[in-house]
Amino acid sequence: MKQSYISMFGLLCLILLSGCNLAVLDPQGPVASQQKDLIWLSIVFMFIIVLIVFTLLVYFLVKYRERKGHDDYDPDIHGNNKLEILWTVIPIIIVTILSFPTVITIFNLEEAPEAESDREPLVIHATSASWKWIFSYPEEDIQTVNYVNIPVERPVLFKLTSADSMASFWVPQLGGESYSMAGMQTELYLQASEEGTYSGRNSNFTGEGFADMRFDVHAIEEPQFDAWVKEIQEGAPELTQERYDEFMLPTHVGEYTFSNTHLDWVDHSTDAEYGLDARERQGYEPENPNASDKGTPRVGDEEGKDS
Amino acid sequence: MKFEPEEVKISENTPLEYQSQSGRFNILGFWIFLGAEVALFSTLFGTYFVLINRTASAVQPQELIDLGLVLMMTLVLLTCSFTCGLAVHEMRLNQKKRMIGWLAVTITLGAVFLGLEIYEFVHYVSEGATLSASAYWSSFFLLLGTHGLHVAIGIIWFIFIIIQVVMRDLNTISASKVFIGSLYWHFLDVVWIFIFTGVYLLRLVI
Amino acid sequence: MSWDEFIVTGDPFILAAQISIVITTIVIVFGLTYFKKWGYLWNEWITTVDHRKIGIMYIIAAILMLFRGGVDALMMRTQLATPNMQFLDAQNYNEIFTTHGTIMIIFMAMPFLIGLMNVAVPLQIGARDLAFPFLNSLSFWTFFMGAMLFNLSFVIGGSPDAGWSAYMPLASNDLSPGPGQNFYLLGLQLSGIGTLATGINFIVTILRMRTKGMTLMRMPMFTWTALITSVIIIFAFPILTVALAMQTFDRLWDTAFFTLQDGGMPMLWANLFWLWGHPEVYIVILPAFGIFSEIISTFARKRLFGYTAMVISIVAISGLSFVVWVHHFFTMGAGAMVNSVFSITTMAIAVPTGVKIFNWLATLHKGKIRFSVPMIWTLGFIPNFTIGGVTGVMLAMAAADYQYHNTYFLVSHFHYVLIAGTVFSCFAGLIYWYPKMFGHKLNERIGRWVFWIFMIGFNITFFPQYFLGLDGMPRRVYTYIPEEGWFSLNFISTIGAFMMGIGFALLIYNIYYSFRYEQRETTGDSWNGRTLEWSTSSAIPPHYNFAKLPKVSGQDAFWEMKQLGEDTNEIKQYEKIHMPNNSANPFVMSVFLFIASFELVFPMVDYCDFRVDWNTCMYDSKVVY
Repeated sequence: MKQSYISMFGLLCLILLSGCNLAVLDPQGPVASQQKDLIWLSIVFMFIIVLIVFTLLVYFLVKYRERKGHDDYDPDIHGNNKLEILWTVIPIIIVTILSFPTVITIFNLEEAPEAESDREPLVIHATSASWKWIFSYPEEDIQTVNYVNIPVERPVLFKLTSADSMASFWVPQLGGESYSMAGMQTELYLQASEEGTYSGRNSNFTGEGFADMRFDVHAIEEPQFDAWVKEIQEGAPELTQERYDEFMLPTHVGEYTFSNTHLDWVDHSTDAEYGLDARERQGYEPENPNASDKGTPRVGDEEGKDS
Repeated sequence: MKFEPEEVKISENTPLEYQSQSGRFNILGFWIFLGAEVALFSTLFGTYFVLINRTASAVQPQELIDLGLVLMMTLVLLTCSFTCGLAVHEMRLNQKKRMIGWLAVTITLGAVFLGLEIYEFVHYVSEGATLSASAYWSSFFLLLGTHGLHVAIGIIWFIFIIIQVVMRDLNTISASKVFIGSLYWHFLDVVWIFIFTGVYLLRLVI
Repeated sequence: MSWDEFIVTGDPFILAAQISIVITTIVIVFGLTYFKKWGYLWNEWITTVDHRKIGIMYIIAAILMLFRGGVDALMMRTQLATPNMQFLDAQNYNEIFTTHGTIMIIFMAMPFLIGLMNVAVPLQIGARDLAFPFLNSLSFWTFFMGAMLFNLSFVIGGSPDAGWSAYMPLASNDLSPGPGQNFYLLGLQLSGIGTLATGINFIVTILRMRTKGMTLMRMPMFTWTALITSVIIIFAFPILTVALAMQTFDRLWDTAFFTLQDGGMPMLWANLFWLWGHPEVYIVILPAFGIFSEIISTFARKRLFGYTAMVISIVAISGLSFVVWVHHFFTMGAGAMVNSVFSITTMAIAVPTGVKIFNWLATLHKGKIRFSVPMIWTLGFIPNFTIGGVTGVMLAMAAADYQYHNTYFLVSHFHYVLIAGTVFSCFAGLIYWYPKMFGHKLNERIGRWVFWIFMIGFNITFFPQYFLGLDGMPRRVYTYIPEEGWFSLNFISTIGAFMMGIGFALLIYNIYYSFRYEQRETTGDSWNGRTLEWSTSSAIPPHYNFAKLPKVSGQDAFWEMKQLGEDTNEIKQYEKIHMPNNSANPFVMSVFLFIASFELVFPMVDYCDFRVDWNTCMYDSKVVY
């Protein structure tokens, strides 16, 4: 019974792994691909350990089960120092082997991935607010909501912060996640190798609208990117503080583009109170979601694009 | 390891509080409880130090702290820890009346300490340093308030112990209670030393 | 505050729950009155200080909570079965996953294990009861009242909805309004008192009440784990107490510990929570290791392999448990150095755990293995827990964790360790010590069905979730869209969840079936046991446990006695036994604590007025409430 279970398990592994369309294992940039390498390395080691444990277990269960003709029974073995040292040392060795690439990768991810062109990283401030993502390009002085355009093959430095609760910025195919917190700034380097649209999302629970807190990352060629920036700088509407404050309300919104950034009047990484103050300015009051007058109109879901 | 469960030998040299099994169990249990209290106060101190610079727009602690008052509180508390020790000493000599006397002194001094602390708090609050003024003041009041609450509980506890000793005489059970009460009292003293250095004296240098 | 803010209304599920609660209460009250059992309930159970009865009450409460948490789980899995499912809305889903997590950890896993500790530990060390029977009763009742307070939130006031980790500022008044989160804070606080007292109780009991000859290194492994677990409780729970108090203050009295305003620091909550939370994980896994150690050596009919190494391992694990908490938020940007250090300490836990796994395997070597039901749960534990363990090592590698964090990969990992470890051990321990508690075994044939259905269902539920995680599915989403491509794996997972539900139902049926039909035990030694609990005279030991306290001369004390042909129950000389009296005080005290906590949960109008008055007269305050 045990054996059939294990072979079933092995089969399942093969079926699922052979697909390999899994976002994390299908990286589209140098950051995610370093992480993928690390993950595969660990999977190989862990698979060996699992195999050893399963084999020993099945072997012992078959050999030493209570049955006729079982004469290899010795109830008084209390231990064996050599063996015990052996299986203390082996895990230590495995853990050590895994530590080196882990630590190296951790330090690598703190810096910009090696760019094919030696250009400076593009800086984008990504701010989470319930339940939307706001992207500000300080150099270009433009701002987008719920989507972000980046040039391919150029490192992008995301400076993350939040207007209210803690969110997590994650684009699985480009690299691992990082938290965004009000009053704090975290940094995350990502880079896309191929043109394309990658889905990103908040992966840390932030309340009612959390499940839909997605955004798209469009990786486009550098000239196209420059053209896009130019177009926005000239054509997109200006963001006022009043308009921005509306984004602070707990709502879902569509995609927006503006020809200036909110950094002109607030940086949430130094001003943790702004988001909640903005709600208060607009007369928003938090209410018990379980009170029966649930029906009172909240600030409704907005749809559509401005630009 | 040979931690044989003890074969307890009770002689007349065994302190009174250790002579009954329940007394021994209670004292060991209380030591372990003090371990938990250490973890509790460590967390409070940790919080205090993490939030020490987060005074926001509220009044700064440097402007308020009156070291003279705090020094007085410290002396009062240290003295009552000493008198509490004397009470246990008298208890072991089976001097019931003297023990009660020293306990009464301890309680009085404890109450004086508490009064001074309340005075201090009221003063701070009147200057705008309330519980909700800033993260710093929240952690300040939580740390000192928890200590103060412990002192208040200690006072009430000692009063009950005295009542019990008066009504049921000094025996192995009540002796273990006096002893445990004194452990608690000394512990609060130690915590206060840390508060005095970590919260007040530190303000002189930073 | 109006009445409709008090009672949750307007949701069919909750209405159904309210009705069923009322009906159940009426049935229970009527039944107790009709069969004249009030006195029995009061005298034999509510006021008891007997360790076994308290243990049994812990276990019953834990099974009830397992049912509640399990229903939550099935509702979540139903909601996630297909994309854009409309079974629950976001708010309901958030409340349900919050209560599922909290209940399973705090009100199911811990009490279940504490219950088993209560039943077995005094018997294993040859003691007549715990050191503080009164305190033990108080522990149970504060836990029970805490659990009831937390569960009450479902029908009164609304459940907490900020996740079981209750991260600030999400859990603050601004972002989680209403009394729900207060239920969480006060429910945990109340039951935390009981847990701390249990810890003290077991340490004193194990250090001071062992019978003659039982040195520390002759103690059964389960007793060892109970001791180490208690030590972890002593140092971990005060951290939770403080953290909960601070969040409660933030919500009720406008302090600024974790708030966004006035300089508060939300990250501090995450640190304090996991400083308690990680040791907590070991509080629920170490006793499980102990139970498996007992069962393996009993049914392999062989001494536990590497006893000393096992003891060193649990001590090492308990030490390491306090220095790994940052791995719960590698993604918080603490810096490369910090993440590296905590990566390595976390991976280091794999070493003592690995030692334990191999020692268990070695115990099987040259044994004579009997596949009784407790044993098959244990044998199921080894491979499944290994999968959970190795994925834990993968998660410990911080750079890779950035890709697993907050995904179903993580969800699957901790269910593999908590279900295959803790839940399997609870079932195994329950079945193993069942004859000690109730005087008959659970039916073996049904037991095997329970195991296979539950274990296969468990794998069908959680194995696909590793791949969902790698495909980018975050945890705690209440729904997903078809384009994300997560449908098939989610659907498989839901099927597995219902299999686990069937397994659990069958286990409950087995309890009923065995009560009716299973043969009663005549000896105390149901499984050819090795430790002292099997040496007491009757199947249900008398309340003083041992007529004569046994004398021990080695590990596996009872096994040795049997080898030497000693009869433990032969009594030459009767000694006087003093047993503590029943007491109603713990129950009454807990009821008052319950009422006091309940008062705090609701920000009542009159109470607010009182607060404002008090503030204005005391504070001369400029602060506006």
